[in-house]
Amino acid sequence: MGTTDLETRPSGPAADTSAEEQLAWFRRMIEIRLFEEKVQELFMEGLVEGTTHLCQGQEAVSVGAISAMREDDYLTVTYRGHGHALARGMEAEAGFAELMGRSTGCCKGVGGSMHFTDFSRNLIGAFAIIGAGLSVAVGAAMSSKLRGVDTVALTFFGDGATNIGTFHEAMNMASVWKAPVVFVLENNLYGEYSPLRDTTSVEDLAERAKAYGMPGMIVDGQDIFAVHEAVGTAIARARSGAGPTLLEMKTYRFRGHSRTDPAKYRPEGELERWKQRDPIELLGASLAANGHLSTDDQVALRAAVQAEVDAAAGRAADAPVPTLEEIKAYVYAS
Amino acid sequence: MSTPLKDPVAATDTGTVQLSYREAIRAALEDELDADPTVLFFGEDVAAAGGVFKTSEGLSERFGGRVFDTPICENGFIGAALGMAATGMRPVVEVMFSDFLPTAGDAIVEELPKFRFMSGGQCSLPVTVRSIGGGTGRFGTQHSATGESWFIGLPGLYVASAGTPAAAYSVLRAAIRENNPVLFFEHKGMYARKGPVSRSDGAIARLGAAEVVREGSDVTIVATLLMVDRALQAADGLADGGISAEVIDLRWLRPLDHAAVRASAEKTGRLVIVEEQVHVAGWGATLISDLTMRGVELSAPPRAVSLPDDLLIPYSPSLEDAVIPSADRITEVVSSLCEAGRPHALDA
Repeated sequence: MGTTDLETRPSGPAADTSAEEQLAWFRRMIEIRLFEEKVQELFMEGLVEGTTHLCQGQEAVSVGAISAMREDDYLTVTYRGHGHALARGMEAEAGFAELMGRSTGCCKGVGGSMHFTDFSRNLIGAFAIIGAGLSVAVGAAMSSKLRGVDTVALTFFGDGATNIGTFHEAMNMASVWKAPVVFVLENNLYGEYSPLRDTTSVEDLAERAKAYGMPGMIVDGQDIFAVHEAVGTAIARARSGAGPTLLEMKTYRFRGHSRTDPAKYRPEGELERWKQRDPIELLGASLAANGHLSTDDQVALRAAVQAEVDAAAGRAADAPVPTLEEIKAYVYAS
Repeated sequence: MSTPLKDPVAATDTGTVQLSYREAIRAALEDELDADPTVLFFGEDVAAAGGVFKTSEGLSERFGGRVFDTPICENGFIGAALGMAATGMRPVVEVMFSDFLPTAGDAIVEELPKFRFMSGGQCSLPVTVRSIGGGTGRFGTQHSATGESWFIGLPGLYVASAGTPAAAYSVLRAAIRENNPVLFFEHKGMYARKGPVSRSDGAIARLGAAEVVREGSDVTIVATLLMVDRALQAADGLADGGISAEVIDLRWLRPLDHAAVRASAEKTGRLVIVEEQVHVAGWGATLISDLTMRGVELSAPPRAVSLPDDLLIPYSPSLEDAVIPSADRITEVVSSLCEAGRPHALDA
């Protein structure tokens, strides 16, 4: 990879991706999709309050990238982090319980939708302030480097984050220190309600890597094979000591920015065009074409995952709310 | 180099020595870097240059990659410190001027105090942010704030300071050993001030404990940073005039040692806050609020010697001197308070 290798990855299964692995991806992507849809239902039922930032349409990015990580690698995510947490292996029940403010939630019910964190899986933080997770990931990466171990850090963030100072500070620190970190930028075309072209000086955000002397690459974020391969390459580069990479995943969120956003700012036909490239359907078509999973079996799988998701939400709703006395212990460590 | 490098054994017990406030800071850093291999120290110009105030000379030579320079990006490098702390390290960072803290507003207000809480207590964050503040340096409006009360209203964070060389050593070591984020304030006007320092593990300060640095019976003066030094000077002069002042170096601004202040104020019956900050929304106002709510009865209403509320710190040397509380102003206020509060004065 050159200093700035701005290219688009080809799609299609890499020779070394087994059918089992592809089936696991497929199941996880369906789980994330159905989890997010269930969140909307739970909202209508009054079991979830506040706000949520859902990720339907972006499942190939979270699953494709996280499946390229080792278990001991570090991960930071954002307030749109349900999918990443599930992709990292968090139980759906811990997610639902968190959204319902229960003590069995991944953050004991005190974090809520925007802070899905799971230290047992090295998911070390979900940040609701734009850009914050980037410098934290650089720190986690430096921690590995200073201890002389080969774990790397990966951080997800959106297109809007590339306009905030922390992005630039983190990219520069990572480059200067050759930190073993991979920056995964999910460009879903909108920073909150504003289209990228109205707020951002470049169209291809991977170009911004050039300013920090690191490779930048555009990846088809709807194609899980492309995502997985690009992230795998960047992780290998980081692990070898060669430093950070910026990967721009071109993707799309099927819902608005947050719960109350009907996304009326989208041009007519845009959503429909992106739905033609639904990442789950793209992988499903490939699985069917290669004889790994028939369309009938895919329908059955979806029903099975739906039953699991519904059951997880039901168990979450039965869990208790923590007491104020209990949560005081989370303010300061002893 | 101001302090000779000490070997690890000597560093743990060298008895009481005379150190400057600067040397005490450096000694605390050195002893903690020595004691714990996960301690890191970084910031702008702290390694190769030894710090712009020379508080870390020789540390990068001694501790290699654990002491390093950063780009000029406080929010970024404090965020990175958080990531290191969450993954097993114990970082200490230097913010060259407290006036730069607001550029790290996200890291200090939103991330360090909230990160453990919003994860449901999944981690601890042993991060120390050393921040160098204060006036008297003729640095002008944007390089002279103490900043000491800007962040005292944040559960999840501790805020500390040092008004003597002994405190510089003891409180900084305590901050570094703390398993929670600590914002530790130093005063650039104190670096050359010498004093007795017990350079030993036994000297490590207790979280939240104020220190009575001079005992007295007529009035309690509570101060921080350079104001402790000036309060002590004032107390010397007041003693000549027959007024016995007790001086407290508050040391911790979160948590505040209300009990120590209350005990002293109840003993002396008078309280003077001396602060290099405006009185509004500061630790001084908070201490008075506590006494009021608890109905503590003093001989006279408390007083505060503070920065003016209608000015900022100017460059012009004589003007800077005029706005920062001096020993003379402290003496004046304490004298008038003691006069007003004397029962015989009321009878007259």
